[in-house]
Amino acid sequence: MVKQGIVPDELTKPFFDAANDERLVIQNCTACDRLQHPPAPACSQCGSGDGLEWKEMSGRGKIYNYGVVYDTPVRLLQVTQPFNVAVIMLDDDPGIQMYSHLPGTPPDDVPVGASVEVIFEATANDQKIPEWRVVD
Amino acid sequence: MATQLAPESMYRNDEGMGIWEHRGKVAAVGVGHSPTARRWDGKAETSVGAWSILALRRAIEDAGVSPDQVDGLVIVPVTTTGAFWPEDTPVPMDIVNSFNRTGDPLDGIAQLSAEWLLNNMPELTNVNFTMYGAGCMSNALNVASQAIGDGLTHTCLVLKAWHNLEGRYYQSGANAHDAIPGTAALKSLWGAPACYGTALQFAEYCRKYGKTHDMMAPFMTNSRRNGLMFPEGYWAQHRPEELTAEDYEYARWIAKPANLFDNDIPIMMAGAYLFTTAERAQDMKQKPVYILNHASSNAMPRSLTPTLDEVEAETAKTGRKIYEGAGITAADLSFENMYDGFTEFHQFHIEGLGYRGIKFGEALDFYQTDISIEGPNPVSPSGGNIGSGRSRVWLHTDSIQQLQGRAGARQVTGVKPEIAVSGGPMPLGGNYTVWSATPD
Repeated sequence: MVKQGIVPDELTKPFFDAANDERLVIQNCTACDRLQHPPAPACSQCGSGDGLEWKEMSGRGKIYNYGVVYDTPVRLLQVTQPFNVAVIMLDDDPGIQMYSHLPGTPPDDVPVGASVEVIFEATANDQKIPEWRVVD
Repeated sequence: MATQLAPESMYRNDEGMGIWEHRGKVAAVGVGHSPTARRWDGKAETSVGAWSILALRRAIEDAGVSPDQVDGLVIVPVTTTGAFWPEDTPVPMDIVNSFNRTGDPLDGIAQLSAEWLLNNMPELTNVNFTMYGAGCMSNALNVASQAIGDGLTHTCLVLKAWHNLEGRYYQSGANAHDAIPGTAALKSLWGAPACYGTALQFAEYCRKYGKTHDMMAPFMTNSRRNGLMFPEGYWAQHRPEELTAEDYEYARWIAKPANLFDNDIPIMMAGAYLFTTAERAQDMKQKPVYILNHASSNAMPRSLTPTLDEVEAETAKTGRKIYEGAGITAADLSFENMYDGFTEFHQFHIEGLGYRGIKFGEALDFYQTDISIEGPNPVSPSGGNIGSGRSRVWLHTDSIQQLQGRAGARQVTGVKPEIAVSGGPMPLGGNYTVWSATPD
């Protein structure tokens, strides 16, 4: 299942550079001590952009929810339908979500609440992204 | 100066604001609709601009005012159903030039400005107030209500129009590219269609409360039934087909647990209203429908997609704002016309309202009772987007027509139509209007 390539922009470059190094980093406001994802130019809580940093995560999480996509608008993914799109909540902060196709988990056979660990997957232009795999 | 988006100060976003200062002093009188079509056929007379003019003129005529009495115009400038003008397709200049154009050739074709409308409606000689609402008719209604109450305009047209071009919904643009920008990738790389977020919330709802997707069927069949009695609507005009529970339950999935019918069908149309002061409304042709309050919500999820907890907290807050500003309680509602496109929004909205006393997790059980227009608990008598296609207009038109007693075959008979609420779209972000047959 090859995803579209990614062209990192200024806001997301640290996230994707870390992914190429197989590290998961999330934006953190040092003033609020609060993670936020997706990243933004300013903290969504205090409104300041001064204290934003990138913090490395443990790479562990739980499956919070999922849907099964049968009719995707993304051309590159249409040959692989149906597929899971799960929402992962990070163990480091369950308020932070990431999407996952849950490689290795059959469509609609998703164990909600199960533990997952991050893996890194190359997209169509070799930019890596975090994906998630169910931990046995 | 070009028309501007309404400032935040025009919206009632917060709890604790008390009774709306213009409660009962603003009224809807005239209603005007264009025909509907599945897609634009490329003709000037069916363009989104032409249909907008038609809807506006019908609203003026319906209210029984002369065009020179109109002094305000509030519209939504965005008209897309999801399709934008393709970059590699020339704009049809013969169509563009058949109108009094503005500097942007897409004006009247795939977007709409107040200036374009005024250029093409020479009979509107006294409009001195124009403003944009963002996104939906629900938003424009709030802006127009506040503008009239504040004295910025006294006789105001309100318009929302939609264009729908050839091609499948959301399948062009970035979704057809081999690579996308990083910021977009964090949300869209996994290929979820538009209904996915709502489907997620619905999935969590079903797990939490022990409900199932097939419990939506009575709501779906009721909505289509009501829509087929809406002569202005798409299904009534083009495909007068009932929807059975089996049709619904066996429809193909788009993003499970949301299927084909949980998605509203994109269409072309324009809908318009004439709003005025309660005082001026007395002399107009139709019975005034008074506005008791307008309220808005503008919440953001903590991360990528709203959780059920976030949805329920915000819809409950919205319900409190709606009632507080109108000075009413849930028990005062004759019926509700909350948003439904995607269908799986609707139960969140009515649970937040506490419509007929229902609490979180109870709406799907409520759907199994009599929710028809003939019963004591009408649900979505307009039929909403599900009953008449994607316009986000039907819910308001129906509320006005029901309270005026001219909803035709759709007229509620199990309750006396006195107070109604309509609005949406999203549980975390929407705009709502409370309508009343009397000003107090």
